[in-house]
Amino acid sequence: MLTRKLWIGIGALIVLSPLGVILPDHFKAESAWGEWGLDEIQKMTGYVPQGFQRLSELWKAPLPDYAFQGWVGKDLFHLSFAYIISAFVGIAIIAGVALLLGKVLAKEHE
Amino acid sequence: MHIPDGYLSPATCGVFGAVMIPIWTVASKAVKKTLSVKQVPYLAIGAAFSFVIMMFNVPIPGGSTGHAVGGVLVAVLIGPWAACIAVTVALVIQALLFGDGGITAIGANCFNMAFVLPFVGYYVYRLIRSDSPAGSNRRVIAAGAGAYVGICVAALCTGVEFGLQPLLYHTANGQALYCPYSLNVAVPAMLVSHLLVFGWVEVIVTALVVKYLEKQGSVFFEGGRF
Repeated sequence: MLTRKLWIGIGALIVLSPLGVILPDHFKAESAWGEWGLDEIQKMTGYVPQGFQRLSELWKAPLPDYAFQGWVGKDLFHLSFAYIISAFVGIAIIAGVALLLGKVLAKEHE
Repeated sequence: MHIPDGYLSPATCGVFGAVMIPIWTVASKAVKKTLSVKQVPYLAIGAAFSFVIMMFNVPIPGGSTGHAVGGVLVAVLIGPWAACIAVTVALVIQALLFGDGGITAIGANCFNMAFVLPFVGYYVYRLIRSDSPAGSNRRVIAAGAGAYVGICVAALCTGVEFGLQPLLYHTANGQALYCPYSLNVAVPAMLVSHLLVFGWVEVIVTALVVKYLEKQGSVFFEGGRF
């Protein structure tokens, strides 16, 4: 069945996902444009925008940057592990939400 | 392309939230009309694919990173309204669970990646696809072209949203309150990187999957309908 093949494909992408941390590290690439933290902004501009500071600390994500809390600066092996866990957890929740939404929306016909 | 918290003013965030509410409403109605129970798994697969493909950060050596979104692919497969819902689900979970994209910027990020990107990409695809038969190479090329234009226009929108902030919101002595980079920096940074690098990642991902599905004899390349 096609859906089965596609889920296997998604599974393969989960396993391969650490490439998304390994390749940027290998090629010494920085974060995405416009996705810097407070420290980086201060380094680049020489000041911290006032409104930025207030808003940027609004939300503490449970798995920040697809890693575990306090894992900033961990080695690639640990980060790759956290990345795979994050991909799996994220997909489980997203698929669940999408299936639920789809069920609610598709309920009325067929 | 995920705008974090702090880069957009609360008013800007409010505007994009207000813009997205009718879009989400229409999307729900459109999907309600066309989605059959059998097709629900494809909505979930589309959302999951978009989420995981965004984790593949592609580096520009010594420069920045970026990634594909997969939104045009999802739009080509299950229609742009369903793609809007699928990518929205991915973006909301990214913001809440992983802090990828701000919670205050969910409206703006959904506008760029769940609305502009799939819709622009889808209509470019339709235009080039024309009435070429299912399984033809022209459809693969059309999907690739749609992917390229879709992600680049979305990047342009993101650049404009960033770039307007310091013009609209700054202190008396000229310090920005939110995003510090103006249009002349933000727009080229976002647009050129996508035109030269990340846009092509979206093209490759989209074209490969469409080609694969055509080989499988998939029947769900039927325009906006499921």
